[in-house]
Amino acid sequence: MDQKLARILPKVQKPARYVGGEYNAVIKDKAAVDFRVAFCFPDTYEIGMSNLGMRILYGVMNNMEGVWCERVFAPWGDMEAALREEHIPLYALESGDRVRDFDIVAFSVGYEMAYPAILNMLELSGIPLHSADRGGLAPIVIAGGTAMYNAEPLADFIDLACIGEGEEELVELLTLCRRAKAEGWDKGRLLREACHIEGIYVPSLYEVRYHEDGTVAAITPKDGAPERVRKRIVQDMDSAHFPVKSIVPSTEIVHDRVTLELFRGCIRGCRFCQAGYVYRPVRCRSKEKLAEYGAAACADSGYQEMTLSSLSTSDYPDLVELCDALEDYCGPHHVTLSLPSLRADNFSMALTERMAKGRKAGLTFAPEAGTQRLRDAINKNLTEKDLMESLTRAFSNGWSAVKLYYMLGLPTETDEDIIGIAEMADHVVHCWREHASNKARGVRITVSTSWFVPKPFTAFQWEPQISREEYERRVKLLREHMTARAVTYNWHDGDTSFLEAVLARGDRRLGRVLERAFEKGAHLDAWQDYFDLGRWLKAFDECGLDPAFYANRERGREEIFPWSVISCGVGDEYLWRERERCYASQTTPDCRTRCSGCGANKMVGGTCDV
Amino acid sequence: MSKVRLCFAKEGVASYISHLDLLRTFQRVFIRAGMVIRHSAGFHPHPMMSFVLPLSVGQTSVCELLDFETEEEIDCAALPARLAPCLPLGVRALECHVPERPVRELQYLQALVSMEYDGGVPSGTAEAVRRLLLGEQVVVEKRNKRKQIVDVDIRPMIHTVETEERERFLLLRTVVQAQNPGVNPALLAAAVSRHLPERAPDFIRVHRERLLDGDGSVFR
Repeated sequence: MDQKLARILPKVQKPARYVGGEYNAVIKDKAAVDFRVAFCFPDTYEIGMSNLGMRILYGVMNNMEGVWCERVFAPWGDMEAALREEHIPLYALESGDRVRDFDIVAFSVGYEMAYPAILNMLELSGIPLHSADRGGLAPIVIAGGTAMYNAEPLADFIDLACIGEGEEELVELLTLCRRAKAEGWDKGRLLREACHIEGIYVPSLYEVRYHEDGTVAAITPKDGAPERVRKRIVQDMDSAHFPVKSIVPSTEIVHDRVTLELFRGCIRGCRFCQAGYVYRPVRCRSKEKLAEYGAAACADSGYQEMTLSSLSTSDYPDLVELCDALEDYCGPHHVTLSLPSLRADNFSMALTERMAKGRKAGLTFAPEAGTQRLRDAINKNLTEKDLMESLTRAFSNGWSAVKLYYMLGLPTETDEDIIGIAEMADHVVHCWREHASNKARGVRITVSTSWFVPKPFTAFQWEPQISREEYERRVKLLREHMTARAVTYNWHDGDTSFLEAVLARGDRRLGRVLERAFEKGAHLDAWQDYFDLGRWLKAFDECGLDPAFYANRERGREEIFPWSVISCGVGDEYLWRERERCYASQTTPDCRTRCSGCGANKMVGGTCDV
Repeated sequence: MSKVRLCFAKEGVASYISHLDLLRTFQRVFIRAGMVIRHSAGFHPHPMMSFVLPLSVGQTSVCELLDFETEEEIDCAALPARLAPCLPLGVRALECHVPERPVRELQYLQALVSMEYDGGVPSGTAEAVRRLLLGEQVVVEKRNKRKQIVDVDIRPMIHTVETEERERFLLLRTVVQAQNPGVNPALLAAAVSRHLPERAPDFIRVHRERLLDGDGSVFR
């Protein structure tokens, strides 16, 4: 290990995050590989190592002969300061080699607030921030992940974005890059070739012109780049890579367990939910494969906790059979199985009770809105009756902690809807009083509200985020009506949600703002410890841009979105129709009940796996 | 059912794994190796395993001892090889046996404290350090159980100190009391920094070499 590094590690918090060497970390012989990928996660080790996508793609890339993929995470503030003071450039955990010497520097970006960390990691690596200032063939800086459905705020910095699921796309991209390296192409040629791989978006090959009012006038492809970049998906989940042999961190991380991904996509169609639209169409893994993977992953890792993962676990067609099969392994091996993302219905409650085996940890539900009218408008298919039935059952069986999640500022929300949240909480308290099996233990009911952030590729992509003043008024209104003593009310900090709304639907002019904010000290802004909206507002001011233009403006049907080159498989016509149904408080049935024609089925040959 | 004592090394990157994280890591290592560790009875069963002498983060060792109990009989001689593919980098299973001696018979720890001087070791340091550490009193700052910083004399816990001078570092080979009360060998370097500030090292490393009983034989 580097001697300078050895001297700073004893001084920083949790040094095990910065040294690698974990069980199942992939070590390859440098002489036997010709292509090196630094897989960067723009957040801390604990967050990044918990990310399933990171684990999958680490496995996929390292399965390629001649390729070595290593991990890099954002250092916490104390480590960053020490690295800067000692002039130690950012390094990859497996080899300890400098990130700037890699062929590809790849960022996994799930969240807009991670953007500053990307710039910070590039700077800590000694890599020029701007794509245009990196003339050579290496490193090529790429980014993927859900946030890249609108990659525009990063357009100046990244060389290309991988849209959609990376399993196949990355293999094709790496193969092309290796050819470019072997044949000595220049970077321009590589990018012009790469843009023809399905799912690859090269921002520099598109010229954006703006109207006087700041909206996009036209996006013109150059050098033969495609008009539309369609997201990439894995067709068959059973043949897709599952990380059975996965790194087990030697220090505690956020999700320290085996994660079993049941299916991708969601049949529900909640109108605010970006994941629900962009992960379509629904594709399931077979229960046999899942049972096999679950047991193998527990045996290999030594984890004694497994969680089922998907956007809506109750919707997995063979859930009971799968749980039976997993129980056969988990029971005798003392592995606890947890099922998050369950719906509030009788079937799910029965399953929860079975899995809990006496442990009565809290229950969590996300009604999202306080009245049936608003839940219909956002197509959140949960009724108060279902919720109360589930809770009646839970309280009478000994549960005594419930968390309820809502959003404030949803389109069409009125004061009645807000007060409805408080009323619902009162009904929950009442339900507990009626049915609790042991009142002496008391009850903990937590209501949390966040500030709704409209995202691209949702039915609400045209919607303004409500103003700051209005958000604060609604929080105050809810606080005034939240009178029950058993209820704790938490509300989300407004600063982060506002900036998230700006960046989520931003255009590439925000690149300058991002860079300014970074220069002013925005580094790990996904963390409240470091986030400061003031820096960003100053940056906007200096760049002559108005954040409200991005966050708080209603966009017209004809407006060209900054992300309109990208296609997620669900058409704008469909999303607009969904928006109109919202205003009419009309629900759309789930995909299993009836196909509503979103268009995603075309990506899997016409029939979804519902 | 077996009671087992594992001797292992913790070096390199593994030296940054904390005590609690290492406990968690070993629980998983045993599962990977297909072993079933005995758990305590009760509502929250916990695995029956304990480190004989916990090691500070950042220090290295070739003499760590882990006591644990397994549900089935195990072949001690074969255990190091069985654990090897299941361990993180830097942890090596060295040897394993059925413990014959209780932990209370462990009395001394032999460690190597390496004091690094980037500008070279100031002349006379070896002798000054010996004189300090083997003198009347060696007062250092220590945090007590109430989290207050207090002065304590560690001289009674220092058994032997030998020095060896190299170009850019001074090696202290020391035998200190291991427990009841024990002393962290890093405190010897802390004493140097406090009482001989002109000879304060730029960096120190601590490496555990051997655990000893009251007669100076290896404790295993």
